[in-house]
Amino acid sequence: MMILNGSHVKIKDISPPGHLRTPKYIRGKNGVIERCLGVFKNPEQLAYSLRAEEYDLYRVRFKMTELWADYSDNPNDTLDAEVFAHWIEEITNAT
Amino acid sequence: MIKDKRPEHRWHDMGGLEAGPINNESHDFAIWEKRVDALLTLSTKKGLFTVDGLRRVLEDMGEDAFETLSYYERWVSSVNQNLIEAGIYTLEELGEKMAEVKKRGKTYGSAQKVKT
Repeated sequence: MMILNGSHVKIKDISPPGHLRTPKYIRGKNGVIERCLGVFKNPEQLAYSLRAEEYDLYRVRFKMTELWADYSDNPNDTLDAEVFAHWIEEITNAT
Repeated sequence: MIKDKRPEHRWHDMGGLEAGPINNESHDFAIWEKRVDALLTLSTKKGLFTVDGLRRVLEDMGEDAFETLSYYERWVSSVNQNLIEAGIYTLEELGEKMAEVKKRGKTYGSAQKVKT
Protein backbone atom coordinates (compact mmCIF):
# COMPACT_ATOMS: atom_id res chain seq x y z
CA MET A 1 0.00 0.00 0.00
CA MET A 2 1.51 3.27 -1.14
CA ILE A 3 1.92 5.97 1.51
CA LEU A 4 1.02 9.37 0.03
CA ASN A 5 3.46 12.25 -0.17
CA GLY A 6 3.10 14.54 2.83
CA SER A 7 1.84 11.78 5.12
CA HIS A 8 3.00 11.97 8.71
CA VAL A 9 4.84 8.84 9.72
CA LYS A 10 6.75 7.30 12.60
CA ILE A 11 9.79 5.08 12.11
CA LYS A 12 9.58 1.81 14.02
CA ASP A 13 11.68 1.73 17.16
CA ILE A 14 12.96 -1.82 16.98
CA SER A 15 16.58 -2.95 17.09
CA PRO A 16 17.00 -6.61 16.15
CA PRO A 17 20.67 -7.62 15.92
CA GLY A 18 21.77 -7.97 12.33
CA HIS A 19 22.12 -5.99 9.12
CA LEU A 20 19.64 -3.11 9.25
CA ARG A 21 19.22 -0.18 6.86
CA THR A 22 17.48 2.14 9.28
CA PRO A 23 19.98 4.05 11.40
CA LYS A 24 19.42 4.26 15.14
CA TYR A 25 19.06 8.04 15.14
CA ILE A 26 15.79 7.95 13.16
CA ARG A 27 14.18 4.97 14.92
CA GLY A 28 11.14 6.02 16.91
CA LYS A 29 11.18 9.49 15.30
CA ASN A 30 8.39 11.26 13.44
CA GLY A 31 8.76 12.54 9.90
CA VAL A 32 6.91 13.33 6.68
CA ILE A 33 6.92 11.35 3.44
CA GLU A 34 8.78 13.42 0.84
CA ARG A 35 8.21 10.88 -1.95
CA CYS A 36 8.33 7.23 -2.89
CA LEU A 37 11.57 6.29 -4.69
CA GLY A 38 10.39 3.00 -6.15
CA VAL A 39 10.41 -0.67 -5.28
CA PHE A 40 13.56 -2.44 -4.14
CA LYS A 41 14.46 -5.84 -2.71
CA ASN A 42 14.83 -5.83 1.05
CA PRO A 43 18.58 -5.47 1.78
CA GLU A 44 18.02 -6.96 5.24
CA GLN A 45 17.27 -10.28 3.51
CA LEU A 46 19.75 -9.84 0.64
CA ALA A 47 22.50 -9.45 3.23
CA TYR A 48 21.98 -13.10 4.23
CA SER A 49 21.57 -14.35 0.63
CA LEU A 50 17.90 -15.00 1.29
CA ARG A 51 15.15 -14.59 -1.28
CA ALA A 52 14.26 -10.96 -0.68
CA GLU A 53 10.79 -9.44 -0.69
CA GLU A 54 10.25 -6.18 -2.53
CA TYR A 55 9.25 -3.08 -0.62
CA ASP A 56 8.61 0.55 -1.46
CA LEU A 57 11.52 2.78 -0.48
CA TYR A 58 10.56 6.23 0.78
CA ARG A 59 12.44 9.44 1.27
CA VAL A 60 11.36 10.62 4.70
CA ARG A 61 11.96 14.17 5.89
CA PHE A 62 12.70 14.81 9.56
CA LYS A 63 13.09 18.06 11.44
CA MET A 64 16.60 18.23 12.86
CA THR A 65 15.06 19.28 16.17
CA GLU A 66 13.10 15.99 16.16
CA LEU A 67 16.27 13.95 15.69
CA TRP A 68 18.65 15.79 18.01
CA ALA A 69 17.37 17.08 21.33
CA ASP A 70 20.19 19.64 21.63
CA TYR A 71 19.96 20.96 18.03
CA SER A 72 20.69 24.69 18.17
CA ASP A 73 20.97 25.78 14.51
CA ASN A 74 18.06 26.91 12.33
CA PRO A 75 14.92 25.24 13.76
CA ASN A 76 13.61 24.80 10.18
CA ASP A 77 16.55 22.57 9.18
CA THR A 78 15.57 19.12 7.97
CA LEU A 79 17.25 15.81 7.18
CA ASP A 80 16.11 13.35 4.49
CA ALA A 81 16.64 9.62 4.97
CA GLU A 82 15.70 6.70 2.77
CA VAL A 83 13.57 4.18 4.64
CA PHE A 84 11.88 0.97 3.52
CA ALA A 85 8.12 0.60 3.92
CA HIS A 86 8.38 -2.13 6.54
CA TRP A 87 10.01 0.36 8.92
CA ILE A 88 7.28 3.01 8.49
CA GLU A 89 4.02 3.47 10.42
CA GLU A 90 1.48 6.04 9.30
CA ILE A 91 0.27 8.49 11.92
CA THR A 92 -3.43 9.10 11.39
CA ASN A 93 -4.00 12.00 13.81
CA ALA A 94 -0.96 14.07 13.02
CA THR A 95 -1.24 17.79 13.67
CA MET B 1 30.07 -12.86 15.52
CA ILE B 2 28.11 -10.02 17.09
CA LYS B 3 29.98 -8.53 20.02
CA ASP B 4 28.28 -5.16 20.34
CA LYS B 5 27.51 -4.20 23.89
CA ARG B 6 24.61 -1.99 22.81
CA PRO B 7 22.66 -4.14 20.36
CA GLU B 8 20.18 -1.30 19.84
CA HIS B 9 22.99 0.81 18.41
CA ARG B 10 25.62 -1.36 16.76
CA TRP B 11 29.12 0.03 16.43
CA HIS B 12 28.97 0.91 12.73
CA ASP B 13 25.67 2.78 13.16
CA MET B 14 27.51 5.89 14.31
CA GLY B 15 25.30 8.73 13.08
CA GLY B 16 25.20 11.46 15.72
CA LEU B 17 28.25 10.29 17.65
CA GLU B 18 31.28 12.56 18.13
CA ALA B 19 33.39 12.19 14.98
CA GLY B 20 36.73 13.46 16.24
CA PRO B 21 39.37 14.69 13.80
CA ILE B 22 38.99 13.58 10.17
CA ASN B 23 42.00 12.45 8.15
CA ASN B 24 41.71 14.14 4.74
CA GLU B 25 44.91 12.71 3.27
CA SER B 26 44.48 10.82 0.02
CA HIS B 27 46.60 7.85 -1.01
CA ASP B 28 47.09 5.46 -3.91
CA PHE B 29 45.68 1.98 -3.79
CA ALA B 30 47.96 -1.06 -3.96
CA ILE B 31 47.37 -3.56 -6.75
CA TRP B 32 45.99 -6.11 -4.29
CA GLU B 33 43.49 -3.57 -3.02
CA LYS B 34 42.27 -2.91 -6.56
CA ARG B 35 41.94 -6.65 -7.04
CA VAL B 36 39.80 -6.96 -3.91
CA ASP B 37 37.57 -4.23 -5.31
CA ALA B 38 37.38 -6.09 -8.62
CA LEU B 39 36.53 -9.33 -6.79
CA LEU B 40 33.47 -7.69 -5.27
CA THR B 41 32.33 -6.36 -8.65
CA LEU B 42 32.81 -9.76 -10.29
CA SER B 43 31.08 -11.61 -7.46
CA THR B 44 28.05 -9.33 -7.38
CA LYS B 45 27.72 -9.25 -11.20
CA LYS B 46 27.74 -13.05 -11.19
CA GLY B 47 25.04 -12.99 -8.51
CA LEU B 48 27.16 -14.87 -5.96
CA PHE B 49 26.26 -12.36 -3.22
CA THR B 50 25.27 -8.72 -2.89
CA VAL B 51 26.89 -5.61 -1.48
CA ASP B 52 24.43 -6.05 1.40
CA GLY B 53 26.19 -9.33 2.23
CA LEU B 54 29.53 -7.52 2.13
CA ARG B 55 28.26 -4.95 4.60
CA ARG B 56 26.64 -7.57 6.85
CA VAL B 57 29.95 -9.39 7.37
CA LEU B 58 31.88 -6.12 7.86
CA GLU B 59 29.42 -5.08 10.55
CA ASP B 60 29.48 -8.49 12.24
CA MET B 61 33.30 -8.27 12.54
CA GLY B 62 32.74 -5.77 15.32
CA GLU B 63 34.53 -2.61 16.33
CA ASP B 64 37.90 -4.30 16.94
CA ALA B 65 38.27 -5.12 13.23
CA PHE B 66 37.84 -1.44 12.44
CA GLU B 67 40.94 -0.69 14.53
CA THR B 68 43.11 -3.70 13.63
CA LEU B 69 42.47 -4.25 9.91
CA SER B 70 42.77 -1.85 6.99
CA TYR B 71 39.80 -1.03 4.75
CA TYR B 72 40.56 -3.62 2.06
CA GLU B 73 41.74 -6.18 4.60
CA ARG B 74 38.21 -6.02 6.02
CA TRP B 75 36.79 -6.21 2.50
CA VAL B 76 38.78 -9.28 1.47
CA SER B 77 37.75 -11.03 4.71
CA SER B 78 34.12 -10.25 3.97
CA VAL B 79 34.32 -11.25 0.29
CA ASN B 80 35.89 -14.56 1.36
CA GLN B 81 33.22 -15.19 4.01
CA ASN B 82 30.45 -14.50 1.49
CA LEU B 83 32.03 -16.76 -1.16
CA ILE B 84 32.40 -19.58 1.39
CA GLU B 85 28.74 -19.13 2.37
CA ALA B 86 27.74 -19.17 -1.30
CA GLY B 87 29.57 -22.47 -1.76
CA ILE B 88 31.92 -21.14 -4.45
CA TYR B 89 34.91 -22.92 -2.89
CA THR B 90 35.45 -25.00 0.20
CA LEU B 91 37.64 -24.15 3.18
CA GLU B 92 39.89 -27.03 2.14
CA GLU B 93 40.34 -25.53 -1.35
CA LEU B 94 41.00 -22.12 0.19
CA GLY B 95 43.59 -23.54 2.58
CA GLU B 96 45.42 -25.36 -0.19
CA LYS B 97 45.43 -22.27 -2.41
CA MET B 98 46.74 -20.10 0.42
CA ALA B 99 49.59 -22.57 1.02
CA GLU B 100 50.38 -22.60 -2.72
CA VAL B 101 50.52 -18.79 -2.88
CA LYS B 102 52.66 -18.62 0.26
CA LYS B 103 55.23 -20.89 -1.40
CA ARG B 104 55.80 -18.26 -4.10
CA GLY B 105 57.69 -16.31 -1.48
CA LYS B 106 58.34 -12.59 -1.31
CA THR B 107 59.26 -12.28 -4.99
CA TYR B 108 55.60 -12.54 -5.88
CA GLY B 109 54.71 -9.74 -3.48
CA SER B 110 57.39 -7.41 -4.83
CA ALA B 111 56.12 -8.00 -8.37
CA GLN B 112 52.79 -6.48 -7.28
CA LYS B 113 54.17 -2.98 -6.74
CA VAL B 114 52.67 -0.29 -8.93
CA LYS B 115 55.02 0.96 -11.62
CA THR B 116 54.67 4.69 -12.18
